[in-house]
Amino acid sequence: MSRIEVRFAELKSQNRKALIPFVTAGDPQPDVTVPLLHAMVAAGADLLELGVPFSDPMADGPVIQAACERALSHHVSLHQVLDMVREFRQQDTTTPVILMGYLNPVEVWGYTEFASAAAAAGVDGILTVDLPPEEATDFSAAMKAVDIDSIFLLAPTSDESRMRKVSEIASGFIYYVSFKGVTGASHLDVSSVSSKLNELRKYTDLPVGVGFGIRDGESAAQVARIADAVIVGSVLVSQLAALADQPDRIPSTLAATVSELRAAIDKTS
Amino acid sequence: MTNAADNTASSSALPDERGHFGKYGGRFVSETLMAPLDELNAAYQKYMCDPEFQAELDRDLAHFVGRPSPLYFAERWSSMIGGARIYLKREDLNHTGAHKINNTVGQALLARRMGKTRIIAETGAGQHGVASATVAARMGVECVVYMGAEDIERQAINVYRMRLLGATVVSVESGSRTLKDALNEAMRDWVTNIDNTFYIIGTVAGPHPYPAMVRDFQAIIGRETRQQILAMEGRLPDALVACVGGGSNAIGLFHPFIEDNEVAIYGVEAGGDGVETGRHAAPLCAGSPGVLHGNRTYLMEDRDGQIIETHSISAGLDYPGVGPEHAWLKDSGRATYVAIKDSEAMSAFHSLTRTEGIMPALETSHALAYAEKLAAGMDKEQIIVVNLSGRGDKDVNTVAALEGIKL
Repeated sequence: MSRIEVRFAELKSQNRKALIPFVTAGDPQPDVTVPLLHAMVAAGADLLELGVPFSDPMADGPVIQAACERALSHHVSLHQVLDMVREFRQQDTTTPVILMGYLNPVEVWGYTEFASAAAAAGVDGILTVDLPPEEATDFSAAMKAVDIDSIFLLAPTSDESRMRKVSEIASGFIYYVSFKGVTGASHLDVSSVSSKLNELRKYTDLPVGVGFGIRDGESAAQVARIADAVIVGSVLVSQLAALADQPDRIPSTLAATVSELRAAIDKTS
Repeated sequence: MTNAADNTASSSALPDERGHFGKYGGRFVSETLMAPLDELNAAYQKYMCDPEFQAELDRDLAHFVGRPSPLYFAERWSSMIGGARIYLKREDLNHTGAHKINNTVGQALLARRMGKTRIIAETGAGQHGVASATVAARMGVECVVYMGAEDIERQAINVYRMRLLGATVVSVESGSRTLKDALNEAMRDWVTNIDNTFYIIGTVAGPHPYPAMVRDFQAIIGRETRQQILAMEGRLPDALVACVGGGSNAIGLFHPFIEDNEVAIYGVEAGGDGVETGRHAAPLCAGSPGVLHGNRTYLMEDRDGQIIETHSISAGLDYPGVGPEHAWLKDSGRATYVAIKDSEAMSAFHSLTRTEGIMPALETSHALAYAEKLAAGMDKEQIIVVNLSGRGDKDVNTVAALEGIKL
């Protein structure tokens, strides 16, 4: 069983929901990332989503665009991100790490070469937001060959046929985007998400995580009632941005937020 | 002069049904956009074969755009160069001053049939922005144009034209503050407002069906050229030359000639300070394949797959990617892609203006500069057609600044 499968199975047996924080690797500077990941795990993160900086983050709002720019100003790219995962794994061999980013850095590296480097570093899953299942056959095969899960998105615009298509190719979990828009916006409508998740569960047994628009304990708790995992990104990245010139304070500040979210989610179970 | 039968006859087998030109093209977008792109493709496939749609498009092209555009023999300029006879396809004489309107008129008709009440567009030089604002004004719908902050500075006249037409011009401050960033921002708007919004992409790039759809709307350029040159010279030209940023004017001219192997095809990229300096916008000449803005194509990128900043005197060519059909034409060897430096383009700008009384856009001046080189090595019996894709009025401030003149 993969680390992602093990983690979701444990949570299920405890009747708990997963909390998945997202931060961009190398934001605001490279030496912050690994201590930050450990701090978030200690504060109650179940899985980690690590953003791979990209020059043209087309699906992201201003908060994560700025995070990419800060990381890129330190030349943090896919190779450096794998170095960070390798360093994280020296102390933590159980928390799943999912890379989230855009296709081009992987495309340029080469799917097979990247996959073996990522597996060796200790990556468990990868989500490339601009790679829909239609174009993902070779990519997913390369990841599967090294037991890295290919995570795919579904969205409010995804109809039955797309839910089927994604369910066929996805592994690990499915990431449901709660609204039409970019990261960091706030249009969360829990009842429409709920009905979509009910529909989706007809096609897949994989855990379903919900991201986009989760801003605080209250929205995290609402999502935890209907989904298997709560994914929180822009709120954390905004806090991090506000501390960009006091990087020492970043791990403890974000860990405090993760604890709050954890407490709110656990109240629902 | 256009009709549904013509469109069918001039479409090659590419792209495949998922938008691939060989290994290029495709649809690389986030999940939220997949269904809207399917919806757009279905509408486009349906209406391209619909005689009523085609009749309305033909009427708009004739009476609103002013087609057919002339094919003009640049006699003085040709004899000054002293080689091949150069004809200019006068897309600068279209309404709004460039080829861009051919496509926006077509996409506007689609938008209306799809019930969309809001139009968005990205723009570099501002020509596509003006052409989008123009069709939106005529439809009476809201129009938002995304434009890089740097381009807003260097294309002030077009920014004001868009505002006069009632469009909102949004200054994009992220990234390199040019066309690629404007495209990112337009995509972000579209994903947020897909229910009522039609995104008019201005070039033959982006996710399927845009590269094929924009090509089909622009292919009127090549179809007219073919008829006109046959009427004037009784034969096909020896060479076609067009500038390539995203590549829409070039594909528009080239596409109806692709199966005529006796016609050489040259696409001219922006060489900036020179390809060897790294400061340029010539992905086909000096880039490598990758994925950006919804399609796989040649890109200006570093070895980590990050997109690198481009440089060109011309805002309309200052883009790190290129339409996937050009990538395919390059690899297949059917077309040749070359680069022209800023300084060479400027010299061609002045040369055509002074000998023919035609002031070309700086984008177009790249094509003219290469045509000069090419013509000089050919003989008087040979024919070159250059796509005069746009007029230069918008660039007067840039040209004056280069000469140290403040207007």
